[in-house]
Amino acid sequence: MKIHEYQGKQVLAAHGVPVPQGKVAYSVDEAIKAAKELGFPVVVKAQIHAGGRGKAGGVKLARTADEVDQIAKAMLGATLHTHQTGPEGRVVRRLLIEQGMDLDGAKEMYLAIVVDRATGSPVFMASSQGGMDIEEVAARNPKAILKEAVDPGVGFQAFQARKLAFALELPPPTLAKAVSFMQALYRTFEAVDASMLEINPFLLTKDGTVIALDAKVNFDDNALYRHPELKELRDLDEEDPLEVEASKFGLNYIKLEGGNVGCMVNGAGLAMGTMDIIKLAGGAPANFLDVGGGANAEQIRNAFRILMNDKDVKAVLINIFGGILRCDVLAEGVIAAVRDLNVQVPVVIRMKGNNEERGKEMLRQSGLNFITADGMTEAAKKVVAAAEGTL
Amino acid sequence: MSVLVGKSSRVLVQGMGKHGTFHAVACREYGTKIVGGVTPGKGGTKIEGFPIFDNVQDAVDRTGANVSMIFVPPPGAADAIMEATDAGIPLVVCITEGVPTLDMVKVAEFLQDRETRLIGPNCPGIISPAEKCKVGIMPGHIHKGGSVGVVSRSGTLTYEAVHQLTSLGIGQSTCIGIGGDPIIGTNHTQALELFNKDRATKAIVMIGEIGGNAEEEAAAYVKKYVKKPVVGFIAGQTAPPGRRMGHAGAIIAGGKGTAAEKMKVMRAAGIQVVKSPADIGAAVAKVLKAKGH
Repeated sequence: MKIHEYQGKQVLAAHGVPVPQGKVAYSVDEAIKAAKELGFPVVVKAQIHAGGRGKAGGVKLARTADEVDQIAKAMLGATLHTHQTGPEGRVVRRLLIEQGMDLDGAKEMYLAIVVDRATGSPVFMASSQGGMDIEEVAARNPKAILKEAVDPGVGFQAFQARKLAFALELPPPTLAKAVSFMQALYRTFEAVDASMLEINPFLLTKDGTVIALDAKVNFDDNALYRHPELKELRDLDEEDPLEVEASKFGLNYIKLEGGNVGCMVNGAGLAMGTMDIIKLAGGAPANFLDVGGGANAEQIRNAFRILMNDKDVKAVLINIFGGILRCDVLAEGVIAAVRDLNVQVPVVIRMKGNNEERGKEMLRQSGLNFITADGMTEAAKKVVAAAEGTL
Repeated sequence: MSVLVGKSSRVLVQGMGKHGTFHAVACREYGTKIVGGVTPGKGGTKIEGFPIFDNVQDAVDRTGANVSMIFVPPPGAADAIMEATDAGIPLVVCITEGVPTLDMVKVAEFLQDRETRLIGPNCPGIISPAEKCKVGIMPGHIHKGGSVGVVSRSGTLTYEAVHQLTSLGIGQSTCIGIGGDPIIGTNHTQALELFNKDRATKAIVMIGEIGGNAEEEAAAYVKKYVKKPVVGFIAGQTAPPGRRMGHAGAIIAGGKGTAAEKMKVMRAAGIQVVKSPADIGAAVAKVLKAKGH
């Protein structure tokens, strides 16, 4: 789960990581009020779940209340396009009004903590090239990113923080502060079950203050059950409405731009494979949809509702490898869903598992216009043709 | 012959709830020797004829279990893995989906100096069809005994591949579902090592997906050590970056872990990479024929 920068900073502050003073604003009036309370200058930052906001005009300095007024008016409700938002951009609904830090003579660095899959342990990363797109830094000069593997048994140690601080060439008088900053960061990572924690830039000001100028905090969805307070930080406006709807029913749905073939599959790997084979057949998948390993009639109905809400979908491919699930039960669910929801687009069904023949017979006798297929290739070709109206 | 599980496997089920019991019965019907279950507080009772124990150590002492299959829900799954490890069970298969990553970090640390091998979590399990041993949730009937080893991060996509093989009359030595999470007990490379050593395995199918670099590491291993033909497929060729495709591990992050990159590295290692998941079976038939099997 992703959260906003201002929420991330609140989480960090609660665990002792220094962050600038700031307040969230949902309206222009709230923005002006917050700025006056904080004192000028302030920085007005658009809050969306995507990086690259600075370059896109989503971060602006304001020296007076009038400037805050102008900037907030322009930003709120506007659509921000960054390299992470995709072509459709994101509407700005919240602003972070933050005390302006003196960047003159300041050092901007990068800190992050993630779990390294290869070693199975958290890794603390640092780079002196902060404020930039770290992916570019990694691609151009991998050695510019320093890494310290954390021993999960004892956690991130002070000597490791010192190692990183020296490598970042921090002046000795600021060493203690930097070490405590990094240790607080690691404590936060563990305490909230973060999947990723990134401070870019991590700032050292001329007067020796170390502070998190930006914060990206992602949580491990699997661990949210033990952090009910963090669940409330979810901002549904930042998510696709159909994806939100799907998640309520335990369906894993991701909308894909530019596709017209709706897919309904059981299992994540087979769902990805089905998308791939649609592409190979010359079509484009409109979505990823995993109804779960043991799909049942109710899930099929919910999945159909989601797919039918996507106006891009011109045909549907159902690819279910039943195994334990019986195909006749599946067919019954599909027939009921198509009838009840009055599905108008062509539906291609490919199912494997027990009672396959009986399931197919039920589809044929339903009086509904189902198209069946035996193999994945055949199914993909048929659904692509159906979506094009050439079947 | 097979790897990991076979005739001598004596399987214990941790977490005999509805789900665990259902699959314990299905495994027994397939032919697996299920020797009992563990549900704390229910020791001394029986469920579906299986003797239930309060803890894994008791169960091991009384039944001689040498494999544990875990269905314990996510909050207790890591603990269940460590309990089985502590009781000295050499092979632990964790089916549970949704285990927190930092719990798995602890498990990985715990397993480091111990002999136990973990498969999963978030996996369908392991099956050796010729020895009628199924330790997992896969449909047994689609499998057939034979000489192809299958290793995969996904469940139903593996069933699809196995179904293609069986339909072509090609049997499997063992199929290992290693799981779709970022931290798993046994990775592609380790599974390949097992198949490479197994005399009954003549060819290997490796099914990967986007995210991480486990497939690249496995390709490097194949290039260096594997003489048996390997057929590969990577799911997620059309997946957009930055989105988690169902599995926690299936995400293209920071421009890394794309299907295109993985397929390129695998091809360079001599693996027969198919673009379509529908071509896995046919590709195996072809490499087996080329080797004269």
